[in-house]
Amino acid sequence: MTDLGLWSVLLAVIGGAIRVSTPFLFVSLGETITERSGRINLGLEGTLVFGAMSAYATAVLTGSPWAGVAVAGLCGAGFGLLHGWICRFPRVNDVAVGISLMLLGSGLAFFFGKSFIQPSAPPLPAIPFGFWSDLPQVQAALQVNVLFLVGAALALFLWWAFRNTRIGLVVRIVGDSADAARAMGYDVDRVRLLSTAAGGVLAGIGGAYLSLYYPGSWNEGISSGQGLMAVALVVFARWNPLACFGAALLFGGAGALGPALQSVGVAQGYYLFYAAPYVLTLALLIATSSPDRALAGAPGELGQSK
Amino acid sequence: MAADAAPSEAIVSDVRLSPTREARAWIAQRAEAFVIPLCAAALGLLLFSLFLLSLGKSPATFLDLVQRGGFGSAFALQNSLQRAAPILLAALCVALPARLGLVIIGGEGAIVLGGLAAAAAALPLAGGPSLVAVPVMALAAALAGALWIGAVGWLRAYRGVNETIASLLISYIAIALANHLIEGLLRDPASLNKPSTKPIDEAFRIGPMPGLDVHWGLGIGIIACLLAWDLTERTTIGFAARVAGGNVRAAQIQGLPVGRLVVGFTALGGACAALAGFFEVAVVHGNANASLIAGYGYTGILVAFLARQNPLAIMPVAFLLGGIEASSGLIQRRMHLPDATVLVLEGLLFVVVLVSETFYGRFKAFNPHLWSNAPKGAAAS
Repeated sequence: MTDLGLWSVLLAVIGGAIRVSTPFLFVSLGETITERSGRINLGLEGTLVFGAMSAYATAVLTGSPWAGVAVAGLCGAGFGLLHGWICRFPRVNDVAVGISLMLLGSGLAFFFGKSFIQPSAPPLPAIPFGFWSDLPQVQAALQVNVLFLVGAALALFLWWAFRNTRIGLVVRIVGDSADAARAMGYDVDRVRLLSTAAGGVLAGIGGAYLSLYYPGSWNEGISSGQGLMAVALVVFARWNPLACFGAALLFGGAGALGPALQSVGVAQGYYLFYAAPYVLTLALLIATSSPDRALAGAPGELGQSK
Repeated sequence: MAADAAPSEAIVSDVRLSPTREARAWIAQRAEAFVIPLCAAALGLLLFSLFLLSLGKSPATFLDLVQRGGFGSAFALQNSLQRAAPILLAALCVALPARLGLVIIGGEGAIVLGGLAAAAAALPLAGGPSLVAVPVMALAAALAGALWIGAVGWLRAYRGVNETIASLLISYIAIALANHLIEGLLRDPASLNKPSTKPIDEAFRIGPMPGLDVHWGLGIGIIACLLAWDLTERTTIGFAARVAGGNVRAAQIQGLPVGRLVVGFTALGGACAALAGFFEVAVVHGNANASLIAGYGYTGILVAFLARQNPLAIMPVAFLLGGIEASSGLIQRRMHLPDATVLVLEGLLFVVVLVSETFYGRFKAFNPHLWSNAPKGAAAS
């Protein structure tokens, strides 16, 4: 194997960015849909974990990873519908409900997932874009999973749909002014219910990627806050699906830094590099927030306590 | 500020009921705070029973095991109280900032950091008088927690950063930092399999409270809850915090120091959670290691919400959940259920109690302003 020195770190970070970013991408796109309709769903962390478990279990039982993805999406829709339904009651706080669903989702995933820690499931397929190179590092870095490409296409589609389709506009109206939407005859609660469900589907699929491709197994520490970081990422991306794609790549790269440095023999401070994505998220949150609250691009109804 | 009375009392005096009805109104208003959460808890338990039944397990056996494992014997009770101690303090880390309308979920990080700070502070004091060393350890822990969670409050107040996400991120960072220090700078070379800091001086270990087999963490936790209740309900600072929590703009117009209140309450909450870490080190483990990351911070979030952020209600709720968690091992062995069973129950209770928020002020029986002879419009004021 040729010694690439620091280049191998860079390659590993790029490859890692592609590999690690997919769940961030799916959750943040889902949360963008939900938040554009005027609600915050912090429960996507729980949805991600449950999606990972249900996808893995389905793939083990049926032998098909795509069946796993479908089931994870369905389960995500279930959690999204639950959140959306509960939040339509007056005086119920969407942030608190999200926290409770985070707990319930993880609890149910751990409960049903106990017996699936041992068996191995068939992984999702990946496309070897690195075929032109002889270097194994390049080939490894450019091994791109199909779901990553789906996510990238979805980001582009959502960006287009929010501007150009009727549904996209309705979601944005509901998120910017519930009163205006009501005056136009739209059912605000129903739009938010469906937007939260759509967000749940995407978060569930993100979970399927975790357990069926990278890291590619089911265990209880599989997410460790990735769902919440993705929610923070939406603020940084200013509720723009295309910016979510870029931000997800950035986060993926940060997440890959620790393992990449470890592979070239930097053993010192492993835990600190492991914390890099959290530090990055916090730094970006601080940099993009403003004391005057109103961020450019923020849905008008967001964060208004009921 | 003369308006120190709760708004609900103001409504009763407006309506001017007869003395007996006034007494009934007084009871009715307070009954709401008991009846609705109890009904919600019962509903949560019912849903959990259906969950167990659908898996072919008996809810009756489950309840029996919780009763025996958590509350049935002197040993079980002691175990539950032991677990309730850190939960009490962790719940205050949620309930105190909640007075200002903040949702802080980073208590776990403050516990870990507090434990680490206490263990680190004990090192240079080894061999010294424990009367000095123990308070210094507690102070170091409280300070670490106050700085950590107070920073989240500062970011919220002066930079507009979402405190819920920031507190959880900073909690993950705290855990990574603690792992880094425990495996590096502060590691005891003698701890081979389980990296730990050097054990604290035996003289600094805190014993049980006199006459009880429960450590001082419980006593301090109860005192902290009582003080927190006094602070939030009976002082002008607590009143100012409630005003700011209800309406920030109104509080600012009144000239209340909203920013300082936010930093103060979050720092106080962080100090409470960190004290839980101090007790874990000074009583339970004797050094700081990965066992500090035991999930008490997350149970604290649940307890605070189940108690509707009321420091007095936190005490019984923490005891109950301490008991349920203490019985987890017994449930695993006897019913062959995974340890996450308790998590499912907790999640269901959490969701149902949040949904029950919508019923406050809706039932005629609990709300005298809805009674028939109340003058129209009194309710609106």
